[in-house]
Amino acid sequence: MASLPGSPSVRTPAPLVAIRGLSKSFGPVHANRNIDLDVLAGENHALLGENGAGKSTLVKMLYGLLQPSAGEILWQGRPVVLGSPEAARALGIGMVFQHFSLFENLTVSENIALVLPPERQSRLDARIGGLSERYGLKLEPARPVWSLSAGERQRIEIARVLLQDPKLMILDEPTSVLTPQESESLFAILDRLKAEGRALLYISHRLDDVRRLCDRATVLRAGRVVGTCDPRAETARSMAAQMVGAQIAEVSSRGGAVGAERFAADDLSLPAPGLHATALRGIHLSVRGGEVLGIAGVAGNGQDELFAALSGERLASDAGAIRIDGRPAGRDGITARRRRGAAFVPEERNGHAAVPGFALSDNLVLSRHATGEVSRGGFLRGAAARAIAREVVETFDVRAGAPDPAARTLSGGNLQKFVVGREILREPGVLVINQPTWGVDALAGAAIHQAILDLAGRGSAVVVISQDLDELFRLCDRLCVIHDGTLSPATATAETDRDDVGLRMAGTVPSPPAGTEVASAPVHAH
Amino acid sequence: MNPDMIQLVLVGVVTAATPLFLAALGELVAERAGVLNLGVEGMMVMGAASGFAAAYLTGSTLIGALVGTAVGALMALLFGLLTVVFAVSQVAAGLALTIFGLGLSGLVGSAFVGLKRDAAPHLAIPGLTHLPVVGRLVFGEDYFVYAALLLALAVSHGLRRTRAGLVLRAVGDNHGSAHALGVPVRSVRLLAVLFGGACAGLGGAYLSLSYTPFWSPEMTAGRGWIALALVVFASWRPWRALGGALLFGGATVLQLQAQAFGIGLPGQFMSAVPYLVTLLALVALSLRRRAGSVAPAMLGTAFVPDR
Amino acid sequence: MRIELQPRLNPPRWLGFAAPVAAVAVALLIGGVIVANLGKSPLDAFLVYFVDPLTQDWSLEALAVKASPLVLIATGLCFCFRANLWNIGAEGQFVAGGACGGALALATHGADHAGPLGGSWILPAMLLLGILGGAAYALIPAVLRVALGVNEILSSLMLVYVAGLGLDYLVRGPWRDPAGFNFPVSVNFDPDATLPTLIDGASLHAGVLVTLLVVVGAALVFSRTMFGYEIRCVGAAPRAARFAGFDEKRLTLLVFALSGGLAGLAGVMEVSGQIGQLQPSISPGYGFTAIIVAYLGRLQPMGVLVAGLVLALTYVGGEGAQIALKLPLDVTKAFQGILLVCVLGADVVTRYRVRIVGRVMA
Repeated sequence: MASLPGSPSVRTPAPLVAIRGLSKSFGPVHANRNIDLDVLAGENHALLGENGAGKSTLVKMLYGLLQPSAGEILWQGRPVVLGSPEAARALGIGMVFQHFSLFENLTVSENIALVLPPERQSRLDARIGGLSERYGLKLEPARPVWSLSAGERQRIEIARVLLQDPKLMILDEPTSVLTPQESESLFAILDRLKAEGRALLYISHRLDDVRRLCDRATVLRAGRVVGTCDPRAETARSMAAQMVGAQIAEVSSRGGAVGAERFAADDLSLPAPGLHATALRGIHLSVRGGEVLGIAGVAGNGQDELFAALSGERLASDAGAIRIDGRPAGRDGITARRRRGAAFVPEERNGHAAVPGFALSDNLVLSRHATGEVSRGGFLRGAAARAIAREVVETFDVRAGAPDPAARTLSGGNLQKFVVGREILREPGVLVINQPTWGVDALAGAAIHQAILDLAGRGSAVVVISQDLDELFRLCDRLCVIHDGTLSPATATAETDRDDVGLRMAGTVPSPPAGTEVASAPVHAH
Repeated sequence: MNPDMIQLVLVGVVTAATPLFLAALGELVAERAGVLNLGVEGMMVMGAASGFAAAYLTGSTLIGALVGTAVGALMALLFGLLTVVFAVSQVAAGLALTIFGLGLSGLVGSAFVGLKRDAAPHLAIPGLTHLPVVGRLVFGEDYFVYAALLLALAVSHGLRRTRAGLVLRAVGDNHGSAHALGVPVRSVRLLAVLFGGACAGLGGAYLSLSYTPFWSPEMTAGRGWIALALVVFASWRPWRALGGALLFGGATVLQLQAQAFGIGLPGQFMSAVPYLVTLLALVALSLRRRAGSVAPAMLGTAFVPDR
Repeated sequence: MRIELQPRLNPPRWLGFAAPVAAVAVALLIGGVIVANLGKSPLDAFLVYFVDPLTQDWSLEALAVKASPLVLIATGLCFCFRANLWNIGAEGQFVAGGACGGALALATHGADHAGPLGGSWILPAMLLLGILGGAAYALIPAVLRVALGVNEILSSLMLVYVAGLGLDYLVRGPWRDPAGFNFPVSVNFDPDATLPTLIDGASLHAGVLVTLLVVVGAALVFSRTMFGYEIRCVGAAPRAARFAGFDEKRLTLLVFALSGGLAGLAGVMEVSGQIGQLQPSISPGYGFTAIIVAYLGRLQPMGVLVAGLVLALTYVGGEGAQIALKLPLDVTKAFQGILLVCVLGADVVTRYRVRIVGRVMA
């Protein structure tokens, strides 16, 4: 009873895709258990769940990247085996990946050509041009990807799927790297796709976006479907509660008194450290004790470079460019800055904040060897390191399977609690933290937020770099925006809103103070 | 020097460059797919030993060349199994293959030490090959040289203009993305490695069949390593590798000529010239390109699909 | 059919010991096939290679003397390889060390040693020169890497050929023994320039003790010191090492100097303990075989000690097999290569659960 496309006269059509009893296990881990899910033609269907709930595993099976351990997938009523992404694409399933599946050193049109049947270059370029007229997707086919911004990169992903003329489009966290305005123009495209009768399977942790976009939502928790709902009839809070399965404690601000300046950058400039990296230009910031300063920005605008410069992984050319408690620290390395009471948490847990193959006690030594009691006279003090690691684990409720396990055996949320706890337990006077809850489950995220606010409440100065505007508005007293290596002046959080910050993230400065340089176009200077 | 002597020297340069170029061309393809094969030396020397043995036993240079190529590919299969399928460190596995190849080639070739056979046949086109000054250089090389040029043409065209080349470059640029799109990353890499090994084997066979038409143990004398340096030197571009190979061929011939003309430097110093030139070329390249690297982004990193 | 690798999050400890043993076993099987193909009995070959050398005093001494340079060089390589730095020029650093130390032996040859020290300072000075020579030679690729980003694999290897040719030139030229009937060798070293033997009249020289000390020291450095921690960290996650505040450039120079110094020490001990003079070639490929030793020993000094003895066995046994079974020395080299391939293969099993999966149905 397959229905031909474009024959709406068929009564009670089979769902476009029906998932029946689908399970997937990796060794002892059950990523998906007995999942049932229908997506109707022309439907915008949201897939909700925490990090680790099994959303990615499910869509990877739908896209042919993983094979189910049990259960079946019906496409327009007929059971199908999706043995490869190619098979999925042949049926009309397209996917836009969260972390982009692009090739930096290939051109836009080469990136697109890879998933399409071979065709002449000129014809492909013309078709890419056609997308611009139809959906407003502007792309320059000959540009190499490394020269493009996050928004432009996502347009390639979407163009790549659209040129396959998909019936079902899977989008995995498509707005996580976009500004609010860029998200809005994405939604306009998605609206048009819906009008064309295409179905959407939409994964997002931004519940407001889900409410704006989707007709139906399926909620996953710990690998199982725990419910279906109409997002429009729900609130973001009620959906979040379904996802987590518990009420998340509201983080409470401390309202501590704001003290003297503890950490500052003064006209900090650094050349780009590599070919595809961003130069920092004239950064000014100042944080006082008891205060949380937020730095918003779209990924790839210099956040990593700024973190390296603030932490001392890269030295400034001038000692005065960084001040800790009023004294110059620009020429001090990260170890020396730690000795002066600063602490740092980088974005990437695996391989930056922690060595995946090292035990937690060895990972403790990573940032504590200069300040703690874990080394003396060039020798390691293993017992001391183990004792402090145990204290971090207990204080910050790090759930680990063994007494002193390797870092890679911990879940993202638990490892993040460990690397944050490792720094906070030291009671640092200054904390610089990059993407504090990226890829972390909601409960762990709330715990980390509370720990940051408590630290500030005890008189420390905190800098939070994040792409997540909700997080920044929740935590910060003042906000500034990084764009293409320049930092905007800070504004009190109470005096700004998401739209204003979003515009500045895109590089369009709404009425800057006199004398400030205006970055006009969101193009990277390479 | 009169023009004919210059031609003779240039023919010598081409001959010295060809084995380096063949090996470098193959390694370039493997590296564009993201695999660093440090076993080139071992594959080359095995190609030389087995190629000579086969040619001596059958009396056919062609069969010798084919066997050398096949043995190079076989060695590469072992390397590919280790690095591409089982994700072993590419550096370690490459070293293992080189040590293994040097040992095994001695064993394979031990019965053939000291034997000689005629050099590989050269092209002869009546009227053209005997042109003065350029005849032998352009129309009178051995067949390997023309085969190498055709291969370079195919590789250069294939990498830039074909779907296979696009897939190969994509795998070398980001294997995670390629996998997510359904590109069979490991198969592509395995094929690229096999091609690289085959080219190295052919380059080795050239040494024992044409360059010096006899086999002697460890006769590659580091040419596999020089070929690896050539790929870096050529910034992973086929035609630049040709230029680089000619430069190194020139250095080799210069060394031989200098010894023949009795220049007052000790012979050992002249023998060291190709290695020193390689080192200097690497240094010069680094001086020129401090800002960033044009190496394939995935070069040397193993790919393990996430389950 | 497809092969899937599932990373082991907590590899069991016993695998770390079992894997190298299994690798040796598999390599022995393959070696047996090769020997059989050469028309010899694999069992005879096994006895000659791996049992006979263990049954006699002189061959046990030879084993220790051959193992000493392998272990010394491989211990140095552990420092580099653990930090993910690829010094594969140990063969050249070995030669450089031997030549530098040997130069002093030749310079002081036959001289009268007045003064309170007599000639007793010569040997320590030679060892020191050997260490310095090897370290300096290893620092060339290290400096090029740190300052210019030159690939250390290729540069360190090129320097192997240069060192070999350099020694060849010196021994055939300025250092040749004028009374040596035109043989390309130097004079024999004076007793003051020769490592003492541990047992009178035996070949076992004091260098073996030095090697043992170095191994124990290196094991302590890896497990107990911040320097060892730094090396492990840089090798496992360079970005995390930068986050820890470790200076990768400084570390690169240090580990290269260390491994070059140990290779140089091995070189000077070889010429002053084993050979007793300088020759155009002073190493049967120790610098490359040491790479196998380092991997077979799982990049740990204590493991390297055992692995060095295993590889030394193939050298001593190989010489025996050449005489007793007329097996070419190439068998030894091929076997060593096979062994390294097997060691790397066995390592896969320790890091991953390997599963062979049938194609999906349909």
